[in-house]
Amino acid sequence: MTSSFLHPSLILIFGAALLPLARGPFRRPYLCLVPILTLLDVVYLSWHPGLHGVVEFLDRWTLVFGRVDSLSMVFAFIMALMAIIGTIYGLHVRDNSQHIAAWLYVSGSLGVIYSGDYLVLFLFWELMAFSSTFLIWLNRDEGATAAGFRYLLVHTFGGVLLLLGFVLHYQTTGDLSFNQLDPQNTTLATWLIMGGLMLNAAVVPFHSWLPDAYSRATITGAVFMCAFTTKTAVYTLARAFAGFEVLIVLGVVMAIYGIVYAIIENDIRRLLGWEIISQVGYMVAGVGIGTALAINGTCAHAFAHILYKGLLFMAAGAVIHATGRSKFTDLGGLYRKMPMTLIFMLIGGVSVSAFPFFSGFVSKSMIIAAAFEAHLLPAAFLLTMVSAGTFLVAGLRLPYLLFFGENRCSQSTWDKATDPPWNMHLAMLCAAFLCLFIGSYLPFLYGMLPYQEINFHPYTSYHLSETLQILGFTALIFALFRNKLAPQATISLDLDWFYRLGGRGFLWLATHPIQWLDTAWGAVYRVVGLYSLIAIARFSAWFDWHGIDGLVDGSARCVRAIGRRLALVLQRGNIQQTIYLSVTFVAILLVSYVWF
Amino acid sequence: MIVELIEFLLKRQRGLRTAGSIALAIIVVWSVTGVDTHHAHTWLEKYIPGFWAIFASISALVLIFVASWLGRSGIMTREEYYDI
Repeated sequence: MTSSFLHPSLILIFGAALLPLARGPFRRPYLCLVPILTLLDVVYLSWHPGLHGVVEFLDRWTLVFGRVDSLSMVFAFIMALMAIIGTIYGLHVRDNSQHIAAWLYVSGSLGVIYSGDYLVLFLFWELMAFSSTFLIWLNRDEGATAAGFRYLLVHTFGGVLLLLGFVLHYQTTGDLSFNQLDPQNTTLATWLIMGGLMLNAAVVPFHSWLPDAYSRATITGAVFMCAFTTKTAVYTLARAFAGFEVLIVLGVVMAIYGIVYAIIENDIRRLLGWEIISQVGYMVAGVGIGTALAINGTCAHAFAHILYKGLLFMAAGAVIHATGRSKFTDLGGLYRKMPMTLIFMLIGGVSVSAFPFFSGFVSKSMIIAAAFEAHLLPAAFLLTMVSAGTFLVAGLRLPYLLFFGENRCSQSTWDKATDPPWNMHLAMLCAAFLCLFIGSYLPFLYGMLPYQEINFHPYTSYHLSETLQILGFTALIFALFRNKLAPQATISLDLDWFYRLGGRGFLWLATHPIQWLDTAWGAVYRVVGLYSLIAIARFSAWFDWHGIDGLVDGSARCVRAIGRRLALVLQRGNIQQTIYLSVTFVAILLVSYVWF
Repeated sequence: MIVELIEFLLKRQRGLRTAGSIALAIIVVWSVTGVDTHHAHTWLEKYIPGFWAIFASISALVLIFVASWLGRSGIMTREEYYDI
């Protein structure tokens, strides 16, 4: 452990706390400085692998805030890098709350990545969920508040699953350290922990929150959200659940499910959300395969995915920022008004579609190759099928419907459409450059992967021919059947139907039968309870007046009457007689006392 | 400049289609004749010429039609469905 350990999350947390003090000309440099310092800290830590920030807690638990190893390094690096790009993208945003929420969110992600035990993990996990909810709520558009509540409730459920798993795990093993779990020796705790982590990775059937939340977040917020939650969850799965075969099945299901929904989606950011589910499916499957090549592929794909998906969300955000519209049915033909945004979206599209020399080509293929090497042929072929679908959706349908094809913009939308401010351009340029750089210069990404002994060569003639055939013929099918992919002003029902209508059903229950029962109970109470209470009270008052008071008053009256009679006999005004009677009475008393 | 280039290309759609077809043909011919398939993952790729071209075409078609069928079967609904 080094004595100079400074947790990167602390830089972001203190940076966020001090942000309101940075004003005027200092604000933008400050906004850039904080995430840059965070990245420098992450790089510094990567030169000092080991355990840092080890704290004894309540003399019972050892908390590890800084586990720096080959797996955490690669994820922390890309998260910190994306924090810089995302902050540059949002430099024009005057609302400090959005920057503060975003930085706390990133600090949560870095905290999870560096955590070495379940307690620290849970602390930062909840910080992520809490702060990212504000990235939705801070969008003042219609529906954002409700979407934020749905997001928060779903993630609270995931957090509870996780906490239950941690508690059960601690109860059975007495160990809180966050390490690889044994696939051959699973307990209820294992599945609860996996369920909690899977919810954040948007694994089907815990996935519906993702397109719902990301399409409602602020423009900058969505750029942050698309990078951190799912990929942090992928990291945790890679850390604890490598080789759990159920994840292969779930990953492939995610990949297919996401792409099918993306094909019929009308909202740009929801489409990209579905695409995230599909791409994270590759990573989850990679974790499930669990071989060194698959884990390398998962890390590489998460790294590449954060950049190209960030780029796509930034380009989509630029369109929404300019036009105020997010649906294909309200957009189209924008290449004349937003040519630079088109270029950036195309770079993101070809990267996610795994074009040679772009990032997806060198990362996605690693997971598919790992599936083939592990003789998981159905998984490998299905994931390759989804590659074609990815190009169909993100490389062709998305740019075609936004920038080419039929112009469905209203006059006001068309008039507003223009390329975004310089800072958004700069952020997209950085991400686009990195997409190209990663795909063209392999040592940059491959040098960071956890298993350095694995050699993978994506630029073979066979892999190039395979990729070009897939891309070329998918484009051909798109050209022939693009009318089938035309947008429709609809939404797609998904599994969130159950909790959205379930919530509505609960509301109906509360406002109808439960309210009726409450009203009826009130009436019964009023009629039976209140009237009987009044009757009892009246009886008590009568009894008190006539019974108790009568007894007490009667006794008093009796004593007073006897006293008057005695006074008539004894107090006649003759002093000698009174003294005689008194002395006689005292004498009788004394004699009686002495005698008896 | 980008806009002019795009409009230049859009005006020559027939040429674009021809160029695309030639590119596809080159990819297939090169894949069949010029690429060593000894390191292919399965025998399907080794012995079916242009396997990935066929696979991609079928995959794209399956995805388009499955998505379209699912959408029509009730998944796609009116936008105000969840509005109270």
